[in-house]
Amino acid sequence: MQFWIIQTLNSLAMGGLLFLLSAGFSLIFGLMRIPNLAHGGLFMLGAYVGAMCMQWGVPFWLAAIAAGLAVGALGTVLEGGLLRRMAGNEQGQVLITLGISFIIADLCLLTWGGDPVPLDAPRMLRPPVFLAGFAFPGYRLAVLAFALIVALGLWLLLERTRLGAMIRAGVDDRLMARSVGIRVSRLFSAVFFLGAFLAGLGGVIGGPILSAYPGLDTDMLPLALVVVILGGVGSLPGALVGSFLVGIIYNFGTALFPDFAYVILFLPMVVMLVVKPSGLFGRVTR
Amino acid sequence: MAIDALTLTDIDAYYGDSHVLHRVSLTLKQGELLALLGRNGAGKSTTLATVMGWLKPRPGRISVFGEQIGGLSPEAIVAKGVALVPQGRRIFPSLSVRENLIVAARGKGRWDMERVFDTFPRLRERKSQAAGSLSGGEQQMLAIGRALMSNPRVLMMDEPSEGLAPQIVAEVGRIIAGLREEGLSILLVEQNLDLAMSLANDVVILNTGRVAAFGNAADIARNQDVIDQNLGVF
Repeated sequence: MQFWIIQTLNSLAMGGLLFLLSAGFSLIFGLMRIPNLAHGGLFMLGAYVGAMCMQWGVPFWLAAIAAGLAVGALGTVLEGGLLRRMAGNEQGQVLITLGISFIIADLCLLTWGGDPVPLDAPRMLRPPVFLAGFAFPGYRLAVLAFALIVALGLWLLLERTRLGAMIRAGVDDRLMARSVGIRVSRLFSAVFFLGAFLAGLGGVIGGPILSAYPGLDTDMLPLALVVVILGGVGSLPGALVGSFLVGIIYNFGTALFPDFAYVILFLPMVVMLVVKPSGLFGRVTR
Repeated sequence: MAIDALTLTDIDAYYGDSHVLHRVSLTLKQGELLALLGRNGAGKSTTLATVMGWLKPRPGRISVFGEQIGGLSPEAIVAKGVALVPQGRRIFPSLSVRENLIVAARGKGRWDMERVFDTFPRLRERKSQAAGSLSGGEQQMLAIGRALMSNPRVLMMDEPSEGLAPQIVAEVGRIIAGLREEGLSILLVEQNLDLAMSLANDVVILNTGRVAAFGNAADIARNQDVIDQNLGVF
């Protein structure tokens, strides 16, 4: 019984983390039609930058925001400096983001070395929380709560503001959105910043669970891909549901059938691509 | 002399290597309605796409109230006061009716959401509904309302009667006539010849990407040869 409850909580905490990772990935993919293969690298960079800030004595949450801003700024530079110049050349953009991810990975290795860099959870979240006679790691509950708060904030931004409606109009029909006067490329930059910010922030939030290590990027990116394919490109509810699905599948898969962890993870993705390529919440876009 | 609302001068346009428009020139006078007619593939929608900045005119010049807009981005062309009701409506299906209108709102002028809802009461009834779930006629009204939200000086409409029931076609016709009465300059592409002729001041007929005929609507309507040659079905 304890196994199931603990694994469920782990799944949900991981789902929350994956949401921070994949919400931005999904929005960028949905709006700009480029799978940003550097997104895992941005997540890893955030974890390292957060760890560095904390070594300088910056408190956890401030370090998380600082890492988010730094990674967001880098994302904006990459988008404005490289990707926008290649507008329309989707294949080129994919290759560029792949190249960027290699550069980020090597620079991280060069700067922080090959050993994992641990990130400590905030002190007040370290003690276990007792619920119904079970001891839960407090920090994982906090990650889940934080992800849900971010999800709510993003949902309000996207669904309840004019800016959000403009972003969704751009996802629905980019040329038509431009033709009613929406400056889609400016929205791209804003969304790219937001997505990169969330990736960097997520790297720090995930730090106490995952730590920062070389290869964190390539561990996370496929998960984000699966989330987005299951949930549907460009859909926030899709990213949320997909994240928790992948969290559950991944955790129980590795715990119960360790030999088949990747099969269990990717099989649903393959089935989804065959049965409903637009994903659970995907929109049919032009 | 009033400045013309929209002028195309010797426009050529290409889809890839395919040469679709050949030296197309036309003039939409201020406060009038110019009907752009022709068979499928004659280049009517391409003409609108070129004005909207979807295709680059090369060479050729396009001006709106005397200002050059050729080569500008669609966003910049909207800012110059041009709005498009595109073929197939292209409303934003996942946005609500209300959101479809607010994302297009621009400038101060005659049109705001209340006025669109007054003009199209059906849209007010469905303002929170996803636009993709509307009927074809309602989507057409939404596409017109969305274009008006930008308070345009030039309104381009691409087959607003397409696929609509006759009563709704009549209603759309009344609304277009009302917009013209208000002084809006309208470039109308239509397959429905009766509707177009009843609304138009002037008519331009395209045939295989070239201007085949132009003139006053009443003169064109009397010229059965021109109509048969350029609009008739073989």
